[in-house]
Amino acid sequence: MKVSLKIAVVVVVATLLAISVVTVADPNPQKAAGNGPQVKIDNFTFAPNALTVPVGTTVQWVNRDDIPHTVVSDDKATFKSKVLDTDDSFSHTFSKAGAYSYFCSLHPKMAGKVVVE
Amino acid sequence: MTEPKKDEILYDHNHDGIDRRGFLKCMAWAGTGTLCVMKGGVLNSYTLSRIAELDPADMKGELSFAQISDSHMGFNKAANTDVVGTLKAAVDKINALKAPPQFLLHTGDISHLSKPEEFDTVDQILKSAVAKQVYFVPGEHDMIGDDGKQYLERYGKNTQGNGWYSFDVKGVHFIGLVNVLDLKAGGLGALGQEQLAWLDKDLKGLVASTPVVVFAHIPLWSVYPEWGWGTEDSAQALGYLKRFGSVTVLNGHIHQTMQKVEGNVTFHTAASTAFPQPQPGKADSPGPMTVPAEELRNLLGITDVNFKRGMNALAIVDSNLQVGMNSAAHGESIY
Repeated sequence: MKVSLKIAVVVVVATLLAISVVTVADPNPQKAAGNGPQVKIDNFTFAPNALTVPVGTTVQWVNRDDIPHTVVSDDKATFKSKVLDTDDSFSHTFSKAGAYSYFCSLHPKMAGKVVVE
Repeated sequence: MTEPKKDEILYDHNHDGIDRRGFLKCMAWAGTGTLCVMKGGVLNSYTLSRIAELDPADMKGELSFAQISDSHMGFNKAANTDVVGTLKAAVDKINALKAPPQFLLHTGDISHLSKPEEFDTVDQILKSAVAKQVYFVPGEHDMIGDDGKQYLERYGKNTQGNGWYSFDVKGVHFIGLVNVLDLKAGGLGALGQEQLAWLDKDLKGLVASTPVVVFAHIPLWSVYPEWGWGTEDSAQALGYLKRFGSVTVLNGHIHQTMQKVEGNVTFHTAASTAFPQPQPGKADSPGPMTVPAEELRNLLGITDVNFKRGMNALAIVDSNLQVGMNSAAHGESIY
C-alpha cells in the first residue's frame, strides 16, 4: 500500500510538473515565430513575392532551399541579412511607409517587394 | 522537380548503353570525356574512347592544364553528402592523366558559405594534386558577407582590384576575371567598369596571334539569363578580344558542361565537383539536382585543357569522375 501511494504521489507530482512546464514553455515558440507575416524562400523564389503590411510590422524570411540565399534591399542599405543557410531566418521591422524592393545578392534574379502602408 | 528518368537511353546501336541522343544529353549535362581540338576557329570534338584512334601528337601539346569548378565545400544536402570525397576523386582523376597538367584552374565556388574551414579543406585536398600551382577566380559563394575580403586575403596575392589578374605560360595569355561582386537587383553577373578598363589595358600590348584563355565563374555568354546564367557587361569584354585569333573562355557556376563557338571564341563551362544542376529551363529553379547515387559521379567532373603550339588551338577534354559514360563509341562532332 505504502509503495503504491508513493508511486501515486510521484505520478501526480510529475504530471503537475509536466503541466507547469508545458504552460510555461508554450508561449515562447509562439513569440519566436512572431505575429508578422512570413516570406518563404523556396525554389529560388520569395513567396509571397509581394506583401502589403501596416507600419510597424515585422516580416520574417525563412530559407527552405538547399542553397543559401540573402535578403537585401535594392539600395543595399535599408536592410541586409547575413547569408541564410537552409532553415535560417531573418527579420526586419518596417517602421516607415513606402515600397521596399529587395533581392538575393547571391542570385540577383530573385526579387521581392514589401509595401508598407 | 528533378526527373533523372528523362535521360534514360532510348536506342543502343553500339550496345554500350548510350545512343546518340543519350550521348548528346550526357554531353550537355555532364561532359563525358570529350576531346575538343580547335583548328583555325573550327572546333572538332571526339569522345575519349576514340582517343586511341587519334594521332597521339594531336593530344599532346606543349601546355596542358586542368579545370575544376564549384567544389562547394561545406554543402551537405541530399544532392551530395560527400563533397570532400568527390573533390578528392576529381584530384585523383587529374593525377591519373597520362600527360600530367602543368597547373590547375579553379573557376570558383570553392566554398559553399565562405567559411574559413571550407577554404582550408579545399586547400588541403588540392595539395595532393600533382600539379602544385592552382589559379583561382571567386564564385559568389566565396565572397559572402565581407565583399570578398577573406577570399582576397587567401587567394588575391598578385591580383588587381577585386581579384582579377593575368599571367603568361608558354606563349598563352591567361586572364582570370571576377564577375560575382556587387551584383544588382534583377541583374546577372557583372565585371564592372574598373575591371573592364584593366582588361582593355592588359590586352593592348599583345599581338593578335597570342592565344588567350579567359576564365571567370559566371558564364561570359548568355547561357540562360532567366536563371542569372550570364554576365551583364560581357559583350564589352568580348569586344576587346575580337582581334585575337584564338580565344577560349572557361566558366563554372552552372554545374554542367556546355560548349559554344562564336567566331574566334570558344565558350566552355565545366561541371561541378560537388553536385549537378538542371539544364536551363528544365526545372522550376536552378537548385541542386538530386540524382541516384550511382549516377552522381557521372555528372561531376574536371576539364583538361591542352594547348598545342603552332595550331592556335586548345584541345579540351572533359572527364567525369567515373569512367562509365566515357565508353560511348561515337565520334560525331556535336557542333
